[in-house]
Amino acid sequence: MLSIRNIVKQYAGHTALNDVSLEVEKGQVFGLLGPNGAGKTSLIRIINQITAPDSGEVYFDGQKLDQSHIERIGYMPEERGLYKKMEIGEQMIYLARLKGLSRAEATRRLKNWFEKLEMQSWWNKKIEELSKGMQQKAQFVATVLHEPDLIILDEPFSGFDPVNAEIIKDEILELNRKGATILFSTHRMESVEELCDSIALLNKSHKILDGKVKNIKNSYRNETYLIDYNSPKIDFNGSQPFTIVEETNNDDNGNSIKIKLNSGASANDVLQYLIPKVSINKLQEVVPTMNEIFIEKVNQNQPSHE
Amino acid sequence: MNKVLLIIQREYLVRVRKKSFIVMIFLVPLLILTMFTIIYLIATYSDDLNKQRTVWVIDQSHIFSGKFQNKHNIVFKDSQKQEKDAKADLRKNEDDFLLVISENYTKADSTRIYSEKKPNFTITGEIQDQMNDISTNSAMIKQGIDTAKLHAIKSDISISAKQITDKGEEDSSVGAAYGAGIAGAILVYLALFIYGAQVMRGVIEEKTSRIIEVIVSSVKPFQLMLGKIIGVGLVGLTQFLLWIILSTGVTVIAGNFLVKDKVTTVQKEQQLKTNQPVKVQTSPPSTPVPQSPAMEAYNSLKTVHFASILSCFLFYFLAGFFLYSALFAAVGSAVDSETETQQFMFPITLPLLFTYILSFSFLINNPDSSLAVWLSIIPFTAPVAMMVRIPFGVPGWQLALSMVMMIIGFIFTTYIAARIYRVGILMYGKKASYKELVKWFFYKE
Repeated sequence: MLSIRNIVKQYAGHTALNDVSLEVEKGQVFGLLGPNGAGKTSLIRIINQITAPDSGEVYFDGQKLDQSHIERIGYMPEERGLYKKMEIGEQMIYLARLKGLSRAEATRRLKNWFEKLEMQSWWNKKIEELSKGMQQKAQFVATVLHEPDLIILDEPFSGFDPVNAEIIKDEILELNRKGATILFSTHRMESVEELCDSIALLNKSHKILDGKVKNIKNSYRNETYLIDYNSPKIDFNGSQPFTIVEETNNDDNGNSIKIKLNSGASANDVLQYLIPKVSINKLQEVVPTMNEIFIEKVNQNQPSHE
Repeated sequence: MNKVLLIIQREYLVRVRKKSFIVMIFLVPLLILTMFTIIYLIATYSDDLNKQRTVWVIDQSHIFSGKFQNKHNIVFKDSQKQEKDAKADLRKNEDDFLLVISENYTKADSTRIYSEKKPNFTITGEIQDQMNDISTNSAMIKQGIDTAKLHAIKSDISISAKQITDKGEEDSSVGAAYGAGIAGAILVYLALFIYGAQVMRGVIEEKTSRIIEVIVSSVKPFQLMLGKIIGVGLVGLTQFLLWIILSTGVTVIAGNFLVKDKVTTVQKEQQLKTNQPVKVQTSPPSTPVPQSPAMEAYNSLKTVHFASILSCFLFYFLAGFFLYSALFAAVGSAVDSETETQQFMFPITLPLLFTYILSFSFLINNPDSSLAVWLSIIPFTAPVAMMVRIPFGVPGWQLALSMVMMIIGFIFTTYIAARIYRVGILMYGKKASYKELVKWFFYKE
């Protein structure tokens, strides 16, 4: 769907993107992660042809990105904004027409969206008369009204209250099911694990990690397990096939330990060792969260730049 | 291109639908109508002053009595009464005057005029002129100069301005050209500022509301800038055209009711007296016929070429607007709020301000001086300078050169502005300096 190859973008005094390459497959929900100032917005602006890269290329559906692709992309910037003094209905239609929709078609689709999101009564309201959450909802509709193949959302969930964030998230996923490719940037990792098929991690203008979320998480497994058991505390004599990372005592003889397998050992070995000794309530692999991976990766890269 | 049309449409409709726009459309013709009525009222009032007055003369020097010439509004009569009684009579005839000339009339304050009402200066002026004439005449006669010769020598000069044009001689009125020149300069100056500022405010609005990023993901920044400039320009054009149509409408209608009426009655009087077809002309006819001020104004206005002034106004407004509003758009893109615009606005508008101030003094008095010619050719100053010069007549080649320069000028400023604009609109929170703007200009695409 989108192939970004060796993008370099320099602004006076600093490099915003340094040789960044990415592949976004059709139908994916793709997360662009990174701390503030990593270059996410610069990259998004290049994909939207708001700015041009100094070098490198972007391909859209196998073709070099050009003006004809604008109508197939929907973009919601991080800094949301609409004409404050313009009525919503008219404004949405205007924005959709700038993306190549006819007036009639835009009106028809807008009515559907307004019905769906229970916004019918807003049609003749001016943006300045709406609450911030309502404005964001309107902005989302403006982004997707022309039914783009690629929807680019810069920090989509910032500024939404939890209820609206949930509604918008569901709508994004539904659009994705209908075939739209979603690319969004965020620095909030919870949303990544829930939504994304693939991610790319940007830090200090470099891409430091990318791939499918599943694969990344697998590669960051470090054979750590969490075990809850229901018996008095056991003393380990060193013959067990694991080392203890953390031990906690709960009430009513409930204990839990966090362990790391010895090399060559498996979860089954752990169970075989423990079953005669205690009654096990739970054995669960501890997979690092994206947040942990994110922090680890960013910190890893930090010293090399300082 | 289609998208530029969409942008033009939005910019146009948003502004035209504003209440303030609609109010202004009707307010200005209304003001013009009010002005017209006031002028008419003043004219009628001055007609009242043309009413015949009687001046009773008590001439103690015996030089003047019987030598005063009656004018259409003044009748001189020698008073046989004592000064005290004559003064008392004034109480009864409140429109009359009493002129008392003492024996030693050359002494200051020796000649006095009494009246119930304040004497207006046309009457005192008339009396003064006649007294001077009579006094000079009598002095000359005393020196032995023949009165007949004296009359032959005395000339009565009145200048009637004629302009030589392709169509032959035409009546011209310097006063009317003066007025038209100043009015044109003020209008074009104000219009450039008002509409230029609208473009700038529009850009700032898009930037501060952050919709700019949504828009430029659909269209190129240049398309947005162009659409906005053309849209606002059309709003200005609409406003002026409506003003011209409505104002002409109300003045023609009002003219039918008021002045036309007046003019025709005066013309009829004139016809009766001179017994020949009336020619409308600015110079007073040789026979002293009363001319109402309303008619004089009406006639002198006729000597101004409204059609050519209007078409020049529309051209210089549009071209000047494109030239300046492009720069205003660039300024708008470089700042985060309207308060920051000052530092950029001043140098940009300096040439215009300079010409504007000059137009009231130097340019209007020397419309064909080389400075005026240069100012009307340099695109930055031409809109104002040319509007001052047009009513006085401008050679065709200068007008053509100036118009070509205007077009080159606005293409040039649009090019510069567009390069600054495309970078500026995406820069937030950075205080822009001139150095910064130059840097933006040289940014690659």
